[in-house]
Amino acid sequence: MAEVLGGVFTSHVPAIGGAIQRGAENEPYWKPFFDAWPPVRQWLEEQAPDVVVLFYNDHGLNFFLDTMPTFAVGAADTYTNDDEGWGLHPFPIPAGHAALSWAIIEKLVEEEFDVTTCQQMLVDHAASIPLALCWPGREAPVRIVPITINTVQHPLPSAKRCLALGRAVAKALAEWPGDEKIVVMGTGGLSHQLDGERAGFMNPEYDKFCMDNLGPDPDALTRHSVHEMVELAGTQGVEILNWIAARGAMGAHVSEVSRTYHIPISNTAAAVMVYETAEATASGAASTEKTPALA
Amino acid sequence: MASAAKPIPGTHIFDGDAAQKGYALNAMCFSFNHARNRDEFVRDEDGYCDRFGLTDEQRAAVRARSVLQMITAGGNVYYLAKLAGILGLNVQDLGAQQTGMSVEAFRQMLLDTAGTPKALEAIHG
Repeated sequence: MAEVLGGVFTSHVPAIGGAIQRGAENEPYWKPFFDAWPPVRQWLEEQAPDVVVLFYNDHGLNFFLDTMPTFAVGAADTYTNDDEGWGLHPFPIPAGHAALSWAIIEKLVEEEFDVTTCQQMLVDHAASIPLALCWPGREAPVRIVPITINTVQHPLPSAKRCLALGRAVAKALAEWPGDEKIVVMGTGGLSHQLDGERAGFMNPEYDKFCMDNLGPDPDALTRHSVHEMVELAGTQGVEILNWIAARGAMGAHVSEVSRTYHIPISNTAAAVMVYETAEATASGAASTEKTPALA
Repeated sequence: MASAAKPIPGTHIFDGDAAQKGYALNAMCFSFNHARNRDEFVRDEDGYCDRFGLTDEQRAAVRARSVLQMITAGGNVYYLAKLAGILGLNVQDLGAQQTGMSVEAFRQMLLDTAGTPKALEAIHG
């Protein structure tokens, strides 16, 4: 039976991709952010997931304003990254898991989420950079199911709706008959604003509220309207919606494995977090017993 | 329709009104995902703006390289970033321009946020 092991949550600022491609990870500006990753990679190595269900927002690579889905689910066995216009080289993207995608789509529609299905879909830096951070220098050894949330053109879905979407995905994963080990990912944020006279706005207090509550009480994050979230987190800080949906896909109870918060990465307050499910904690404890040298 | 919620100072919500108003400008910027289109814009900026039917307000904003004017004309920063890339501007340059600061002062403001009490609390738990 499939098992959801946990979730990786990270900012996806394009400049991170630039730093990776320049080999700048150890420069003083970047080191505090990249130092977040060895424990994440170790956790992934121990858990050895087969599938990543990846919640993110497209920034104008696959979707334009001609057709802007609120929720879109990739339903392909192949995805690619591509030129986004400002100089980042495309990263390798692992294969998709179309069968699992369709199981998720069936469940979402059954649960009254009227999603857009995409058999062809370019995935942008918000998917490629997190995968490159988790598995540097190679194609990630997983299959992916990308799920995008509109954080570009208002009206955006509410945080409550995004959490409910994630919870419906959790049901689909629980019912999936395969034996895959699954990790969810939520990317974007935290607080930042690129546009307007308030450009450069960050809000560590709200970010801490999000990081403190996402694991134990994700419903706490749904008490703000999207407009309030823009005020609190900045116009692009609403990307926290991706984190909220991903958290919903993890099931009820999770424990925090790691947390890094760093200001600034480009114009953004950056965060990296890992949560694991009770199932993963149990199997991790078991593997630690078997290999005490690693404890 | 625009949101009826109270305005957030210095913040432009990209809603249905903006998305309609800015369509041509954003469509042009979306085209810059392709290198050949970026080259074509550089080769013949006016002709390229013609092709996408930019409004006079949008053309003036592009000509002035003014991000705030582009946003007022319906531009969305996710798409405008692709034009900024052609112009050799990163998001600190955009931030500096929109806030009326020097790039150096804008960068310093971002760095200084890290030293505030709320940030230290968030960083160190």
